[in-house]
Amino acid sequence: MDSSSVFANIVRAPEDAILGVTVAYNKDSSPDKLNLGVGAYRTEEGKPLVLKVVRRAEQMLVNDNSRVKEYLPIVGLADFNKLSAKLIFGADSPAIQENRVTTVQCLSGTGSLRVGAEFLARHYHQLTIYIPNPTWGNHTKIFGLAGLSVKAYRYYDPATRGLDFQGLLEDLGAAPSGSIVLLHACAHNPTGVDPTIEQWEQIRQLMRSKGLLPFFDSAYQGFASGNLDADAGSVRMFVADGGECLAAQSYAKNMGLYGERVGALSIVCKTADVASRVESQLKLVIRPMYSNPPIHGASIVATILKDRDMYNEWTVELKAMADRIISMRQQLFDSLSARGTPGDWSHIIKQIGMFTFTGLNTKQVAFMTKEYHIYMTSDGRISMAGLSSRTVPHLTEAIHAAVTRVD
Amino acid sequence: MEEIYDSPLKLHSISMHDEYKDSTHFLGLAEIEDYSSCGMSLRLFLLTLVPTKINLGVGAYRDDEGKPVVLQCVKEAEAKIAGCDFLESVSSAVSSKLVEESVKLVYGKNSDIIKEGRFAGVQALSGTGACRLFAEFQRRFYPESQIYMTDPTWSNHHNIWRDALVPERTFHYYHPDSKGLDFSALLDDVKNAPDGSFFLLHPCAHNPTGVDPTEEQWREISYLFKVKNHFPFFDMAYQGFASGDLDRDARSIQIFVEDGNVIGCAQSFAKNMGLYGHRVGCLNVLCNDAKQAVAIKSQLQQIARAMYSSPPIHGILLVSGILSDPNMKALWVKEVKAMANRIQSLRTTLRKSLEQLSSPLNWEHITNQVGMFCFSGLTPEQVDRLLREFHIYMTLDGRMSMAGVTTGNVSYLANAIHEVTKFG
Repeated sequence: MDSSSVFANIVRAPEDAILGVTVAYNKDSSPDKLNLGVGAYRTEEGKPLVLKVVRRAEQMLVNDNSRVKEYLPIVGLADFNKLSAKLIFGADSPAIQENRVTTVQCLSGTGSLRVGAEFLARHYHQLTIYIPNPTWGNHTKIFGLAGLSVKAYRYYDPATRGLDFQGLLEDLGAAPSGSIVLLHACAHNPTGVDPTIEQWEQIRQLMRSKGLLPFFDSAYQGFASGNLDADAGSVRMFVADGGECLAAQSYAKNMGLYGERVGALSIVCKTADVASRVESQLKLVIRPMYSNPPIHGASIVATILKDRDMYNEWTVELKAMADRIISMRQQLFDSLSARGTPGDWSHIIKQIGMFTFTGLNTKQVAFMTKEYHIYMTSDGRISMAGLSSRTVPHLTEAIHAAVTRVD
Repeated sequence: MEEIYDSPLKLHSISMHDEYKDSTHFLGLAEIEDYSSCGMSLRLFLLTLVPTKINLGVGAYRDDEGKPVVLQCVKEAEAKIAGCDFLESVSSAVSSKLVEESVKLVYGKNSDIIKEGRFAGVQALSGTGACRLFAEFQRRFYPESQIYMTDPTWSNHHNIWRDALVPERTFHYYHPDSKGLDFSALLDDVKNAPDGSFFLLHPCAHNPTGVDPTEEQWREISYLFKVKNHFPFFDMAYQGFASGDLDRDARSIQIFVEDGNVIGCAQSFAKNMGLYGHRVGCLNVLCNDAKQAVAIKSQLQQIARAMYSSPPIHGILLVSGILSDPNMKALWVKEVKAMANRIQSLRTTLRKSLEQLSSPLNWEHITNQVGMFCFSGLTPEQVDRLLREFHIYMTLDGRMSMAGVTTGNVSYLANAIHEVTKFG
């Protein structure tokens, strides 16, 4: 070929920080290596897990000869949408009963956030979104590329390794009226720090009084406490006051459907008429992006959610995953206490969900990687899902060494 | 509930979108069942209780009974992967396999391009997703550029590049008098466009017209592109449906590549593998060398990551499973040919029927045009009569999906078309 490419000057994009951890881990040949980077669930044996109820649902779909592979509607699988709304808002939610909710199937949490952000960028009057500091790395890119201006509100307090509640209230209180606010429904990523119910109520009152628009990212419903309803408490509190909000749901973790990209965006509106018009506009965002969403994952979810037995089976398997993570937290905390590692490590059992913000600094993290072959993101976030009883001692040693030898 | 809070969304100012305008691309039976997205005429069609009604709006293949089809090769692939441990994000091995097998379909399996890794390839959400990724990429790295589209083109093309904030222009393509290619006007437009312009081309089975350039015409176009240093982006949604032969249908792309043009290509497996709802496709961009391919690929992945992270794995496993197994691939090739043959034979039957009815009009275009669609030349008034009097649905531009025609309904269809056109 003799022609010079028009794209000759394009440089390689920087690698995604989180996925980069796994890349580095894969290159390591040490038998003791431990991957605490990516937030995907692992069993006690360190293996990925396909839920039994998911396998069952999938087999049912395969065996059903009447199934076809036609396009879904732009808004996705209707059953899936209804069931997803019920899952997050509660089956008896007045908002659902009053037809004030529009739900569209999207590609997992990322896709739901992006579609919601694009919709807001086109139709909402206040194009600034406030995101917690810190937050999942992809949030900024998603909202920025959708055309929103991204600002931060204080969230994590490194001194307490807990919530900077005063800072949060001050920053949201100072936000221009009508601004969009991103809220992690539960199991904040990366810190694992969630507001208490009382704090959520204060946040709600403040936001409603300033007309701030809540945009929930719910990626861990059921995964945080093991209870689906409890983990949706924050969202339901906001919906109960009759106000509007957006909610992005992901089934990646709680159904282990990571690769199938299953999620939903719900927008709770003032009236059914508004909800209907909103839906028509959401379609205009979706169609030029990918026309209609993928059928397989949503079919699995709908199959499970609509069958009472399968739903119950799912809640049991989900609780088991959440319980294993909670037990890992306890084991790590106990192990560090027994080791006498300096410092207060109670945040390990106070934080919730898949991640722990250890409080280790970048030098300590680099030390642990180099000397102990332990991989985590440089902000000191570890995925508890990557731990097992067998590897807790190794991690304990590494933390102990890092804290005592590295500043 | 106390109305304390004003609607922050100010949604009362949002207007309801007129969906009927968009119905020139009919996505398939499933969407038709979504009443809220239908235009009035389609709603009328669906509510009509008559023994014969024909839906020629559907952009999805149907068998001779008018039913959707799941290909045999797909059923076999699906049985193989059911119950596998593949629910995590696509491993790079799996995704590379899909991309490699897909681009072999574009460039030929022995192509140097593939051996030398001189392409940036990523999976995409079917054809729409591939086009959108490219449009976003074009905007990011060529912010001043425009995209030239055929007049007409698939309606969603306009939406895709518009949402990516790339301005569009059209170039001559379809000649309403001949119902064929307006070749000289096309060449003029290509010549007159500024050097280095971006063009969106349909390599085969043009949607909505079914009008494809001949091989000779493609050569002339390609040569002109090289002279003008234009960038051709091919949207290949119907490979296999034009001639029945997958290699032949990619010939236009290969001509451009042989001439030394640098190209991009969106591929869809929606129609030719019947994987509509799984959203499987591929985007590739030709590069100077493997190093540049890595750079471009990383940029495309970045764009995807902020949109949906990664594409759904199920469809990827099906496609790569079929394409990388010689027996399954051979079965697939046969099944594609059978689908194309059925459509071709109904084209012939429809045309003959109209001629036998002594229609005053020329219906050669029914068999000249290729692929899933026939641009009938019917006026909106005639289309409307077909709907109201004969319960035959097609889009207002007169585009008929030949996939909706069966041996059981072709006579009825011919008679109806004759009725509304016999006085000219």
